[in-house]
This record gives sequence, structure tokens and C-alpha cells, in this order.
Amino acid sequence: MDRLSSQAGSAEPKLVLRHRWPTRLWHWLNALLLYTLFASGLGIFNAHPRLYWGQYGANFDRPWLELGRFGRWLTLPAHYDLAMSRHWHLTAAPIFAFALLLYMLWSLFGGHLGRDLAFRRGELAPRHIWQDIRDHARLRFPTGEAALRYNVLQKGSYIGVIFVLLPLVILTGLTMAPGMNAAWPWLVDLFGGRQSARSIHFIAAFTLVAFFLVHMLMVLLAGPLNEIRSMISGRYRLPEVRR
Amino acid sequence: MSLILNRRSLVLGAAATLVGCDRLAKNETVRETLFSAANFHKWAQRSLMARDALAREFRPDQISPFFRPNGTANPNTPEYKALWRRDFADWRLDVAGLVARPLSLSLAQIRTLPHREQITRHDCVEGWSAIGKWRGVPLKRILDAAGLRDGARYIVFHCADDMGGGGGYYESVDLVDAFHPQTILAFALNDRPLRVANGAPLRLRVERQLGYKQAKYLMKIEAVASLHGIAGGKGGYWEDRAGYDWYAGI
Repeated sequence: MDRLSSQAGSAEPKLVLRHRWPTRLWHWLNALLLYTLFASGLGIFNAHPRLYWGQYGANFDRPWLELGRFGRWLTLPAHYDLAMSRHWHLTAAPIFAFALLLYMLWSLFGGHLGRDLAFRRGELAPRHIWQDIRDHARLRFPTGEAALRYNVLQKGSYIGVIFVLLPLVILTGLTMAPGMNAAWPWLVDLFGGRQSARSIHFIAAFTLVAFFLVHMLMVLLAGPLNEIRSMISGRYRLPEVRR
Repeated sequence: MSLILNRRSLVLGAAATLVGCDRLAKNETVRETLFSAANFHKWAQRSLMARDALAREFRPDQISPFFRPNGTANPNTPEYKALWRRDFADWRLDVAGLVARPLSLSLAQIRTLPHREQITRHDCVEGWSAIGKWRGVPLKRILDAAGLRDGARYIVFHCADDMGGGGGYYESVDLVDAFHPQTILAFALNDRPLRVANGAPLRLRVERQLGYKQAKYLMKIEAVASLHGIAGGKGGYWEDRAGYDWYAGI
């Protein structure tokens, strides 16, 4: 997050470059791919809407979760077609995985991680985190220069999504492939067996949906036009300092 | 300025996106792209694994209490019933196509060949898994006995199952999987002769691929140069009918 202009004290609202192009590109690519992966994933899940723990699990074994089929308005395609759902899923998945890998490398070596995401001294103090939670709850969003930096809850969510949740959903997804299990048997062992991995894949996908919903809510509350513009052109109007 | 989103507009939005995606999928170029993703996965998997990398084998205490049969539970054709009534004494496995020495093997002959036993996990394309112990003859032994001729690139498995008159079930693998040490023609599951529901008298196990590749009720093995011209030309019953990927290692 860089400053574009720094004339202070003028009546003009201050425009800053908030998101660099790799972030913006990756963000919208993800919006497209995650939607495709989630909707086609529900279509695949509908073929066997039961989840198990362990190495095996089929109709005569005990599931920990049994659902009906997800509605047509949610799945891709909009009718039951396992083959097509798989084609969509398997096309989007490698693009999604390699884009994440590139973004992680760029974040690590391009400075995004150290500059914007890494926790600063004192940020992880319980008092600070508690203050941040209270500010969020009262919808007191940072203004002025403070709005240029991610707060501790944002940092935590973004680090958690980029470095834990997304890799988890990709790696558990890989273990669904019998060929990958022969290539990398340690990976499916890591998750405690294929049916456990399938369950974790499902849980991770729905955790991403939860992130998406909170993300949408925050964008709406923080001023959707300004927020969306900053993710398209990168420009962000700095909220005026509260007096 | 705030945007008002309610459930109704979300549902409408999702539905509109889905209709858009479905329409997109009717476009020939988009369709071809979506269908060709399997080629990338096959290439990536084969690059990452050794040619003979084994599928995980399990301990006897990890076997599923009940191995779920799937697809056809009994071919029920007059021909199959006649074979079944005589306990498959008249059944023969034909080995034909691009081979130097065509074979016709009885079940008794197959049982005297060297066996392999493996406790492996069967993964259905639908998402469920079952672990079972298979005993059978490595396909490599039979192919070596028949002698593949130059130009043979695929092995096709023809089944007694006519899918209720909808055209016979068949499947195919390339030579990498045909000669893989765990690729066997199984005649026993969990120490008992294969039941009709599980593919009696003989079925294919190709352990690095999904369940629909594991052809049951084998009648004939054919070595071919190309899959074009066999049934729908896509290399398998579900590949032809439903658009499943021929490479089922994904």
C-alpha cells in the first residue's frame, strides 16, 4: 500500500495507491475461480453427499455428516452432471493452485508479506487485539493514515487464508486423485486417509465461504464503492480523520 | 452509499451466473478446453510419479467391513446366466487383437498362474472409498504370454455386462497401466471367489485409477493401436455415455 499523493491539509480527498496490480489481478481471478470451484464442487459432492473420517467410507459405513443434495441454483452445472462438474473443477483447480503459488512467492519476495501482512510489534498483545475487536464490533473503521495499514484482524484473516486455508483446500483436493496418492502417498497419510481428506476439503471450502461472507459484509460497511475501486484501479480515497 | 443485497437477489445472481456458465459450456471451444484438463492432470501425475509407483496397500485390519458393489450387480443376460449356472466352467477369457499368440483361457488355467495379492482402496468417481483384498493374475503375465505386436498401444477390456441392452460395458488402459505390477485380473475378493455383484468370474484392478476403470465380468482382452472405432471411440462405456475422463487417475 503506497501513497500516490501526499499533499496534506487540502480540501481534496487524498487518493492513494492501495493495492498493487498482482494483488488486484489475483483477487479477481480468485473471485472467478473460487466461484467455479465451489459451485462445481457442490455438484461433485452431490454424487455422494456423505462424509466420513478415516481411510474408507461408503454407503454401509457410518458417516459423520449426511446431507441432501445441494440445490440446482447452487451447483455447476445447474443440473446433476458429475462428469461436467468434474471438468469444471479439474480445469479451474490447477490454475487456482499455480496462481496461489505465484502470489505467495510474490508476497514473500516482493515485500507484500513483510510490508503489509506481517504483524508489528505489540499488535498481538491481547489488549490490542481486544481493542481491534471492539472497534470492529462498533464499526469504527480506521481513518486517515491508519486506514492505509491492515489492522490485526485483517492481517490474521489474510495470512490465515493465503498461507493456511487455501493451501489446505488445494492439498486435500490433490489427495482425491488416486494417481496423486501413488505419486505422493505421504500427502494422503498426512490428512489421515482419503475420506478424512475429503471431509477436510469440504470443511475448508465452507470456511472459505464464511470468509467470503464476512469479507462482503466488511466491504459493504466500509464503503463499497471506494473499496471496490481500490481493488480495480488500485486507487483508494483515504477516509478523513475523525475529529 | 450502501448496496442492498437480499437473499432473493443473491439467488437470482447465482442462478444467472450458473445459466451463463452452462451456456458457456455449450460452446465447442470451451467444452474442448474443459475436457482437455485431464490431459494436463495425466501429464502432471505421470511426471511426478515413477512409472511403477505403487498405490497404497493396507493392512488386513483396515479392510472395509463390507465392500460396496457398484454399477451392475448382475449382468442377467441369457449368456451370462448360462455361464454362471455351470459355475463358469464354460467361461473363457479371450486375448486377441494385436497379439502374436491369441489365447483362450479357462478360469482353472488362470487360477494356476502365479498370483498377486493386494489390499487396496477402491475410489469411486462419486467420492466414496472401500478397501478390499484382491487376488489375481498380473495382466503383464497374460500380455507377455500372448506377446504384444508392434503398434499395440492400448488394452481394451470387453465385459459380459450389456448395461441393460444399452451397449456393452468396456474399458481401456494404456501400456503404462497395463504393465503396472498392481494391475491384475482378480478372481477373489477378501479370500473368497469373486461374487457376481463384484464382477465374477474375473475383473480388472488398475489401482491408480477410479472405480469406473475396474471393469467387471471380463470376457475378452484386446490389444489395439487406437481407441477410435471401438463403440463411441472414447475408450470406455462411461467415457462414451457420460463424458467421464478416459484418464481416471484424477
